[in-house]
Amino acid sequence: MTIKGKAYIAGIYEHPTRHAPDKSTAQLHAEVAKGALEDAGLTKADIDGYFCAGDAPGGVMAMVDYLGLKVRHFDSTDTGGCSYLVHLGHAAEAIAAGKCSIALITLAGKPRTGAMPPRASGAEVDFEAAYGATTHNVYGMCAMRHMHEFGTTSEQLAWIKVAASHHAQYNEHAMLRDVVTVEDVLNSPMISDPLHRMDCCVVTDGGGALIVTTQEIARSLNKPLVRMIGHGEAMKGPRGGKDLNLTYSAGVWSGPRAFEEAGVTPKDIKYASIYDSFTITVLMQLEDLGFCKKGEGGKFVADGNLISGVGKLPFNTDGGGLCSNHPVNRGGMTKIIEAVRQLRGQAHPKVQVRNCDLAIAHGTGGLLGVRHAASTCILERV
Amino acid sequence: MADAKKYPAPQGNPETAAFWEAARQGKLLIKRCTSCGEAHYFPRSICPFCFSDKTVWEESAGEGEIYTFSLMRKSATGPYAIGYVTLKEGPSLQTNFVDCDMDSLKIGQKVKVVFKPTDGAPLPFFTVA
Repeated sequence: MTIKGKAYIAGIYEHPTRHAPDKSTAQLHAEVAKGALEDAGLTKADIDGYFCAGDAPGGVMAMVDYLGLKVRHFDSTDTGGCSYLVHLGHAAEAIAAGKCSIALITLAGKPRTGAMPPRASGAEVDFEAAYGATTHNVYGMCAMRHMHEFGTTSEQLAWIKVAASHHAQYNEHAMLRDVVTVEDVLNSPMISDPLHRMDCCVVTDGGGALIVTTQEIARSLNKPLVRMIGHGEAMKGPRGGKDLNLTYSAGVWSGPRAFEEAGVTPKDIKYASIYDSFTITVLMQLEDLGFCKKGEGGKFVADGNLISGVGKLPFNTDGGGLCSNHPVNRGGMTKIIEAVRQLRGQAHPKVQVRNCDLAIAHGTGGLLGVRHAASTCILERV
Repeated sequence: MADAKKYPAPQGNPETAAFWEAARQGKLLIKRCTSCGEAHYFPRSICPFCFSDKTVWEESAGEGEIYTFSLMRKSATGPYAIGYVTLKEGPSLQTNFVDCDMDSLKIGQKVKVVFKPTDGAPLPFFTVA
């Protein structure tokens, strides 16, 4: 059994807001759901599957009731920022198995307006909670070790932000639209060594939604056809502290699974949406997915190699989480949305990849240097 | 200041009670599986490697080296250095580096355990050896 070619992304919507103090979180979920339905040309009554994660107020039961859905399949898997990449894979499985035919996936929240509630903790709580792990210092620990083992430099990491900023200048909704230089990144304040402020993503209110459906329904909607051809998911943690290695992520397992199912290789990919919570996140994922060898990510991202129209691997052409949007501190949704825009030929003309028929959307969720999940989706224009 | 920082008291549970009892005596315990021979941290009753229930407590020398670290430049309680230490006995654990010059920390540097008080059992931290 495979999901290859079984599920189509028929609707996408990214909320244009980046700051929403005057809206409720549930309301934002409803607004993005409405936007994705309108994009697909479907109505709420058509939805028979619903997927949401920890950002959905009250969880899946409360959301289904609030939105007024009647579903026969649901999934509230929460793996942090990559939840929606996991949901897309699970929605494809459900559609392939006939468990639902039109699935809605939503993400929304307001971390810019107010602090997010703390994460639930597991059995490790007494052994870790006191040490103040945050996203900044945990990703900082990964970067520090990567530099130590492979000679990766802050200049190389900075190129990732530079590339994102080149793309964000064309996105009218992007939170940060100024093009920045390597020097700008290095001169921004150190937040948690070796990550500078400009190595970090933005904090934004907002959200996004997807409609995933069958081939038959997708063909009836008069939209460019974009389908899933491969998916992989995996998890990684310190696992008892044996052979700790913070220089690779669970992407080393989710990536190959997705590529194998799709029957393609990294060389075939025309556009890459890579989760960019921090610059180091992108660098490690590019290595883990096989776009370059482990340890050579620094060389790979340097000199504009990720800039659309300039380099070999155009990435995050909406400006990504580093410059445009990182709703609810969870970047997986917007990764899928920009990949679909590219495959439809609906990205901004200045960043649209020519003849973009194969794309990857990949992300990690949780804390890269502690416990995290990874999900890889390979998408094709039909 | 790091030393003035108030750390949360471990809640403890039946599975980890012996660890916190030892911590009160200034001892750092790890778990070792007598089936597969592997040591692990934090402690579990069932081995995370071979899933045997034959795990026993073992006192760590409390010595190791810095695997990685990151200095958080600002926080409500001032700068602090988070990191992982690889113990001599094998397992790596998450911790903070305290009572030392945080600006001169290096990967590979030798460190040793030091316990800091809480309202409950003390917590293990590491300082430069």
